[in-house]
Amino acid sequence: MSTGTTKLDVVVSDVVPVNELVTRFHFRRRDGQLLPTFSGGAHVVVEMRDGERTRLNPYSLMGSPLDTREYTISVRRDDVGRGGSLFMHRHVRPGMEMVISYPVNLFSLDLRARKHLMLAGGIGITPFMAQTAQLAAEGGNFELHYTCRTASLGTYADVLKDRYDRRVRLYHDDRDERIELDRLLSSQPLGTHLYVCGPSGMIGWVRDRAAALGWPTETVHFEHFAAPQPGAPFDVTLAVSGKTIRVGEQQSLLEAIEAAGVDPPYLCRGGVCGQCETNVIAHDGKFIHNDHWLSEEEHRCGKKIMPCVSRFEGRSLVLER
Amino acid sequence: MGITFRKETFRDDFTFKNSPEHIRRFPFPFHEDSYMYAVNIEPHVLGPKGSVLENLIDVDEHYVAEMQDRALVLAEDPLRCQSLPHMTLAGWDLLELLMEQQAVGYPEHFTLSRDGDKWRWINRPLGIDDSFTFGDVSTLPYGPMEYITRQSQGDFCILDQRDGNLWMDAGMVTTQADWSLDFDIGMNFFEWHAPVPLAHEKGIFTRALKFLTNIQQGKPARRLNWTMTINPRLDTSPENYHKWGPDRATVTPENVGDKVHLRVELQSFWRLPRSNGIVFPIRCYLIKMDELVTQPKWARRLHRVIRDLPDELANYKGLTRYRRTLVEWLSKLDDGSPTSPGFGPD
Repeated sequence: MSTGTTKLDVVVSDVVPVNELVTRFHFRRRDGQLLPTFSGGAHVVVEMRDGERTRLNPYSLMGSPLDTREYTISVRRDDVGRGGSLFMHRHVRPGMEMVISYPVNLFSLDLRARKHLMLAGGIGITPFMAQTAQLAAEGGNFELHYTCRTASLGTYADVLKDRYDRRVRLYHDDRDERIELDRLLSSQPLGTHLYVCGPSGMIGWVRDRAAALGWPTETVHFEHFAAPQPGAPFDVTLAVSGKTIRVGEQQSLLEAIEAAGVDPPYLCRGGVCGQCETNVIAHDGKFIHNDHWLSEEEHRCGKKIMPCVSRFEGRSLVLER
Repeated sequence: MGITFRKETFRDDFTFKNSPEHIRRFPFPFHEDSYMYAVNIEPHVLGPKGSVLENLIDVDEHYVAEMQDRALVLAEDPLRCQSLPHMTLAGWDLLELLMEQQAVGYPEHFTLSRDGDKWRWINRPLGIDDSFTFGDVSTLPYGPMEYITRQSQGDFCILDQRDGNLWMDAGMVTTQADWSLDFDIGMNFFEWHAPVPLAHEKGIFTRALKFLTNIQQGKPARRLNWTMTINPRLDTSPENYHKWGPDRATVTPENVGDKVHLRVELQSFWRLPRSNGIVFPIRCYLIKMDELVTQPKWARRLHRVIRDLPDELANYKGLTRYRRTLVEWLSKLDDGSPTSPGFGPD
């Protein structure tokens, strides 16, 4: 019952620098057909052929879901990251052929909402680009609060202001502007749903305040941009395929499993969707769980691991793969 | 070429039957000589020519008669079709899916032309030729879900996905095996499955939900389910129990072959692109015992399955009253010889 996504053969139709850190990439289908329709909040996984290595990074679709002639993503350059964003910035050029996944939405709008209250931090703005376009076309009620470090790093702040004017409120760290969160959360009409996407500190803050102020958990939606964290290399035995692999410092466990020719199912590669959940057969050491899928109880008992984001330190680890 | 649509009824004089070709394409649901629940979900991909999987949305010789029966049910009971206010977008998703699939699978019967959001839909078997604006409800005679499901065989449930669960928030349900949309509307996956015996304890619904919430666009899945129905009645709803419930007391050794029908549901699951919902078509196929036993393998196997079915399941499926009569009748067609593996006839 493997449920990976179908792949799309695309060509890079444009590469547009947005500011000193962010570049936008446009994709069209190589066969000239329309791309699949998607819903605001969806992401695609972009395959990068980086020498010997295949990188698979998820990026939110930020174009209007109403226009499927092309998909657009925005990538923030991370100079100390694992290299995916640097590859996109340095090597991807117009005309290049690439493979991306079908869209998957793990950060969907709740269409019952009377009002959509959106909080974005930094590059976390991208899913809201698509969601606001979708809602605006249907006459939906939304309000976007967007924090960025400086005006020049406020990716698409000008575009959003132009499109939606007073429905968008900007906050700049360098001007000491802060979201007055408690006041905002306390003054919403009944039936409002809250969406937050940004750094994990921001997501935690918003979720905590919403809970403290009595927001029902099912009205609070969030998307973690959890890239796999680097760590010390470790060895793993894959019991089903009979292989022993080494997970490199900059590599995720999932990537190391794939590099050995074993293909577990995956969707988000960010510890959220649950697809790559893997049974632990034996271990002698300590897990570093970084996912948002397994329960705390499951983290404690050491019988499962999410190889897309989690790591291991210790003498031996045997997985059912 | 094209399908010759039968003139037949699913009520009153019950003239429904399957042609010999349709008997052979019947989706017999038992791959072995016994039955127990399993999460029997597989990718919904095209199957062999001449099978019900030749197209992903199957249209067959009963199409016109089934659509007429649906119209009768809706005229008596409009609540068989409901869509909560947030589900209109999903209704458009479903309209697109069914129009595209029917037009691709049966171009001689259905044509879809699209020019941006200006669409034209021609349904020749039902004599429909409508032009409308995709996304504009005012350009169709019904809401998008009702419009297209009055022209598509099978029941349709549209499930909203949120909070890690699926919610029965819209549907067209007129050919159901004793469950009610009006009762289940707004329920989540565990709530509407609550009456099913044995499966909860086996953790089947937890696993099934996990699978369904991860269904991806462009990768539909399917499973078969089954029960039995006395007389070829599509509408065996709780609302009309007084009409069909008493039929179960009318089975005699003489009329088993004509009255008792195996009812198979081909259930499929599709991710909807704009709404991120899931549509769950439940396509019902009926076959009477006289037709089914023309395939000796099916006769032998069905005898063994019904004979050995756990009592809870027999009860849940409503077979208890006539089970002994049916098993007795089928036993005469089971010489004890082995059956070949797989679903199909020999």
